[in-house]
Amino acid sequence: MKHNILLFWGCFLPLIYLIGRLIFDGLSANPIEDITHATGWWALVFLLLTLSVTPIRVLFGKNSVLRYRRTLGLFSFFYASLHFLTWLVLDQFFDWKAMLEDVIERPYITVGFVALVLMSLLAITSIYRLRRYMGNAVWLKLHRLVYLILILVLLHFFWLVKKDVTEPLLFILISGILLGYRVDRWVRTQLTRTQSFSEK
Amino acid sequence: MMRINQILPSEITPQYTWGRRKFILQMSVGLGLALPNSARSAGDNKTSLEKLEFIKNKAYSTTESTTEFKSATSYNNFYEFGTDKSDPIKYSRNLVTKPWSVNVHGEVLAPKRFDLDELTRIAPIEERIYRLRCVEGWSMVIPWMGFPLSKLLKLVKPTANAKYVEFTTLYRPSQMRGQKTSVLDWPYIEGLRIDEAVHPLTILGLGMYGSVLPNQNGAPIRVIVPWKYGFKSAKSIVSIKLTETQPQTTWMVASPKEYGFYSNVNPGVRHPRWSQAKERRIGEFRKRDTLIFNGYGEYVADLYSGLDLKKYF
Ligand code: HEM
Repeated sequence: MKHNILLFWGCFLPLIYLIGRLIFDGLSANPIEDITHATGWWALVFLLLTLSVTPIRVLFGKNSVLRYRRTLGLFSFFYASLHFLTWLVLDQFFDWKAMLEDVIERPYITVGFVALVLMSLLAITSIYRLRRYMGNAVWLKLHRLVYLILILVLLHFFWLVKKDVTEPLLFILISGILLGYRVDRWVRTQLTRTQSFSEK
Repeated sequence: MMRINQILPSEITPQYTWGRRKFILQMSVGLGLALPNSARSAGDNKTSLEKLEFIKNKAYSTTESTTEFKSATSYNNFYEFGTDKSDPIKYSRNLVTKPWSVNVHGEVLAPKRFDLDELTRIAPIEERIYRLRCVEGWSMVIPWMGFPLSKLLKLVKPTANAKYVEFTTLYRPSQMRGQKTSVLDWPYIEGLRIDEAVHPLTILGLGMYGSVLPNQNGAPIRVIVPWKYGFKSAKSIVSIKLTETQPQTTWMVASPKEYGFYSNVNPGVRHPRWSQAKERRIGEFRKRDTLIFNGYGEYVADLYSGLDLKKYF
């Protein structure tokens, strides 16, 4: 538990750093853009950290890391929410017409919006009581949406850059490794299953 | 050259220096935080830039308050130095701009290579306070120092075949680190139709805010075409070529569906990935409506009568 509390406060560091830059004149001439980028960037990084927990657990045989997954996932949602609020309040200033148009017409916003809606579903169902109420099987199935969310966010990032796609490609590569790991594991379990069938 | 006493833009418009700090102050008050008095030195240093003498051209200047010097020199798109908007100020320091010359050639009777000194003497340097609208959806107001491009073009006597003007930016990867990557095809090429090029609003810029251009803003010489998106105004130019056919401009080559040859500021023609209806003036909080031809329609709309602006974007 102690480690989780440490992690919890540690996850606020990017936000504290951002506020520091804002106060001490460390942002560019377009601070709203900087805030949008920083919060979106950290939402994605926390999403990838969340998805790194299982590979780390299996590869290093450390079951204890599993308890950090929930914290990391919720912080991804936390930064995504700040990102969304930045857009809503600072960027668009409640211009509902413009925002609706953006969500409908701009594919990169559309996918970001869908990703955020799905993330909220996962965040709400991370409440222990709801999870118990749902039952583990349903909960697990629902939370597989995290893979879809990741793909949507990668699209969001890839589509929004003007020309230099180096950074989104880097994130796609890392995500590819994390997703590839799951595919590999799934294929292996399928294989062992068919093997054990034929042995019977 | 005429000697006119200079008024610093900050004296005309007090907001000029305070815009950004005011913005931060507003936000920090909102957050319940105090504002310590910090100032970053990078690029803040206007005094190190050589001063220019100029006359004010009021007729073509906007009276809107100008963007802070610091913002205009630290938030730039100049891919030759990197794709991040903070890259140009960081990585343009070592660009050597002396000596410098511009080769004016192509469909002309009197081609000539002009050195910088000659260029500064072609016509009186004027101050033109122009709006600058970036294709990305932000804008600034910048006091440029320069002279009409038409004055230069007249000297080389364009032929009847001269229908377009092509500008080439310096290619020097050793001092322009962005050119070591292949984000864009180097060197950077931009172009205008000849009637756009000789339009009185189109200037060759030698300075801004009363001094010579900082490297990150396209030193030592660039074009400025205020009714088009910023990328049309090529920086650090070494060649001006008059041609019969339409130049293949860098952004058109990079992404033909997104960037057209004309690239006139137009709120009605959206970029495929984002709207162009609004813009954020740097230093301001709320977005404002983008104006057709960046508000210069009364001067330039005639150039495009009969042209389908949606098709020729
Ligand atoms: C309604 C939902 C969303 C909206 C309206 C939105 C909007 C934006 C905008 C306006 C930008 C900046 C675009 C630009 O500079 O041209 C951006 C960047 C970004 N967003 Fe979102 N976004 C949403 C959801 C998300 C979510 C759920 C994530 C991640 C979990 C995310 C991650 C990112 C990332 C990584 C960037 C790029 C940051 C960078 O350039 O470093 N966004 N988003």
